[in-house]
Amino acid sequence: MSRRARLLVLAFGGCGLALLFALAAFRLPDFGGTSHPYGQRTLPNAIAHHTPNVISSINFDQRAFDTLGEELILMASALAAVLILRTVRAEQEDAAGKHAYGPAQVFDALRITGYALLPVTIMTGVYIVAHGYLSPGGGFQGGVVLGSAIHLVYLSGDYPALARIRPIPMFEAGEALAAGAFVALALAFAGQVTAMNAVVGLEVGSAVVLTLAKFFEQALLVRKDT
Amino acid sequence: MSQFLYLIPGWILLAGVYGIVTSRNLVHAVVCLSVAQSATYVLLLTIGYQRKATAPVFSDIKPTRNVVDPLVQAMTLTDIVVGATVTALLLALTVQVAKRRGTVDPDDLRSLEP
Amino acid sequence: MILQIAVGLPFAVATLLAATGRRLPRIAIDAIATATVATLSVLLGLVLAGGDRTVWLGGWGEGVGISLVADAVATGLALTVTAVALCALVVSWRYFNEVQAIFHTLVLLFTGAMCAFVLTGDLFDAFVFFELMSVVAYALTGYQSEEPDTVHGALNFGVVNSLGAYLTLTGIALVYARTGQLGFVSIGRHLHGHDALVTVSFALICTGFLVKAAAVPFHFWLADAHAVAPTPVCMLFSGVMVELGVYAVARTYLTSFADAIPAEPVRVSLIAFGSAAALLGGVMCVLQRHIKRLLAYSTISHVGLLLVGVGLLHEDALAGAAWYLIGHAGVKAGLFVGAGALLNRFETVDEHDLHGRGRSMYVAGLIFLLGGLGLAGLPPSGTWAGKALIEEAGGHSILALGVTASALTAGAVLRVWLRVFRGAGPPHPGTTQHHDAETEFKLSRLPWTMLAPGVLLVLAGLLLGLLPGVVIGRAVEPFTHLPGPAPAPWTATSIASGVVAVLLAFGVAALGIRGRIPRVDLLHRLHSGHIGDYVAWLVAGVTVFGLLLLA
Repeated sequence: MSRRARLLVLAFGGCGLALLFALAAFRLPDFGGTSHPYGQRTLPNAIAHHTPNVISSINFDQRAFDTLGEELILMASALAAVLILRTVRAEQEDAAGKHAYGPAQVFDALRITGYALLPVTIMTGVYIVAHGYLSPGGGFQGGVVLGSAIHLVYLSGDYPALARIRPIPMFEAGEALAAGAFVALALAFAGQVTAMNAVVGLEVGSAVVLTLAKFFEQALLVRKDT
Repeated sequence: MSQFLYLIPGWILLAGVYGIVTSRNLVHAVVCLSVAQSATYVLLLTIGYQRKATAPVFSDIKPTRNVVDPLVQAMTLTDIVVGATVTALLLALTVQVAKRRGTVDPDDLRSLEP
Repeated sequence: MILQIAVGLPFAVATLLAATGRRLPRIAIDAIATATVATLSVLLGLVLAGGDRTVWLGGWGEGVGISLVADAVATGLALTVTAVALCALVVSWRYFNEVQAIFHTLVLLFTGAMCAFVLTGDLFDAFVFFELMSVVAYALTGYQSEEPDTVHGALNFGVVNSLGAYLTLTGIALVYARTGQLGFVSIGRHLHGHDALVTVSFALICTGFLVKAAAVPFHFWLADAHAVAPTPVCMLFSGVMVELGVYAVARTYLTSFADAIPAEPVRVSLIAFGSAAALLGGVMCVLQRHIKRLLAYSTISHVGLLLVGVGLLHEDALAGAAWYLIGHAGVKAGLFVGAGALLNRFETVDEHDLHGRGRSMYVAGLIFLLGGLGLAGLPPSGTWAGKALIEEAGGHSILALGVTASALTAGAVLRVWLRVFRGAGPPHPGTTQHHDAETEFKLSRLPWTMLAPGVLLVLAGLLLGLLPGVVIGRAVEPFTHLPGPAPAPWTATSIASGVVAVLLAFGVAALGIRGRIPRVDLLHRLHSGHIGDYVAWLVAGVTVFGLLLLA
């Protein structure tokens, strides 16, 4: 279709969608109102099960099956990154020298800051995972912090060091086993909030590392081509 | 008056859709898809909001205290994870499109109809 | 407990395969995946035999927890999913190109996600598994990521389906705001009367499902994805995944919104979308020379008919739709096995290119012939029985629609059979479009594992009409809450319409082999592969749907 025709179709659809949404919005309950029946029902359950963070209680106990699906989506997408961004043979030959990249030339200040932040960031990640049942946070949030943490090494200019500390097969296996443990926990032992937070943290962290690793490979390939 | 706040997610959704349709770069289109998705976060949180209520975490407040709807927050968390993974997957596909077709402009990609 | 085990099994094994895939020998990966799906189908068979049941996961009751609802329709559908998945795994046995164990892991996740999606009794949970199903589907579509068309098709699929899913979530949020419920049944209990909010939330929830069901104008992604996805994946896509969209629309309306939204506007809009898909899909199907795209458009057409069957909102038509679904699953999945055989043997699926080259492939030829007859609805095929019930409930116009769609799609398939396997008609220059074979090394002849499942599936589709109608009738009863007499497809009209459709299909095929396959520029430009176009049509479709419902 021509650009013009596309915009006409969009104008029709967009106006219609706006109208439909507005019609619905003005029939919604008043903003900020007190009626949240489902939310109210979950509160006593969370307190009874000693999970003061009600959101964790919903995610890992009352509606753990949702989170099971979510975990598997994460695993599927990490596998998909491995699959779709795999390097085919010709590219591997092109990129044979890619590990020859030494540490980049960066300011000492940046390098020292990066390395200094690394243990602090990992600690923060572990804390967020471990206290997920009690305070805002949990496996997902902490896992992202953990997964990002080791990339401080890359930001400090040392890609080879990053590649050394994250062996891909180990992270693949770790991620999948964590997801497997979550399947077992969610279906047979729902409510083990701390254990579930821990495996989720492991899985999210590994998935972040794995996905980013595949993008790094591509980025370095592309950079070498140019 | 306060009902107007519900229109914000609708606006975000339409902005995302407009971005995808008029996009000249697939990376931009994928990011616009995340914009459209963030409308669902905003909508969920708007629906769960309650005036003069605090976060549904009872570690340092009395159990009798009013809190906002925790369920929409749990749904939003799920939704964020879904959104992030879908974005990663679509960007991976975009990288491959760029490599195989040599362009990321949807106007320059030829039709898939043979 | 058996239901929890059934839902968890494919996921658990998938994670183990993903963890150990680098070390396991290929034969073990094949055996584990196949055995898992076989076990799953046995478990689901036991559930089906044990009668309807509802399980609350984690012991949380109604109000906060998530339920699994194993009624006969849901369990039967899950069983169909596993049957097709089993055949797909046999087709991919040993020779299919594998990367670590990712293909098998993804197929297991896909199977599990589809089963969980049909069995869940919770709307938000359905969204989560809908997304799992979609993410795995994008990855499987982009499997051969070194081919440009593949990644382009997968990206279009991903963007359009994700946007549809986000609209579904928007609808779920709206209905949650009104009722404070997420279970299908409990939403239904708390919806009284309809207003703009209820109607719009229904329209938005159904949008994602209609995108999956490839109703016109949400259908553009389907052909792009099917043309490039590997054969076993196409079997699952066309055989069951697309149909799940229609199932979800039916479940959402009948279980949650039936008391709130009056039937008439729903009927009108679903029949409109379904008929448009049935006709446009049929026409596009005849205009294709790329055999996998041809089959993809025939899926659009047949799923359109399925949507009409649901849209009639009549208990016999629903029974017909269920029947049609299983019949079509067999026939279409079988036909994709045939197309895959051509692809792996000749590395092309262009009909003109293949002229007469399939003469020695008796089994693949048989699949195309029988598959064509199945699509046309030759008695006693499952498609025939289902269509007969839908047509009877729908009257003359639906009868005409059914015969037209079957004749067009079956005609195109029979034309492929005549041209490729019988060498009929004059040869024409083909395209130079080359597809890599899906096997690890080039095979001089195809192993039986890559053909036998196709024959089995097509034969099953052709004989499913012999199932006693009372079984199907009883299955849909709790789903519709409308007890009725057992549906009986064996009438003079239905047999006549089946035979007429077959004859017309042969007519279409005979006309088709006389010349080159024409190119209609307008339709060609419409299916542009441009993501902006697809999304623009998607929002236009939502608008039409919403306005039809509000009118």
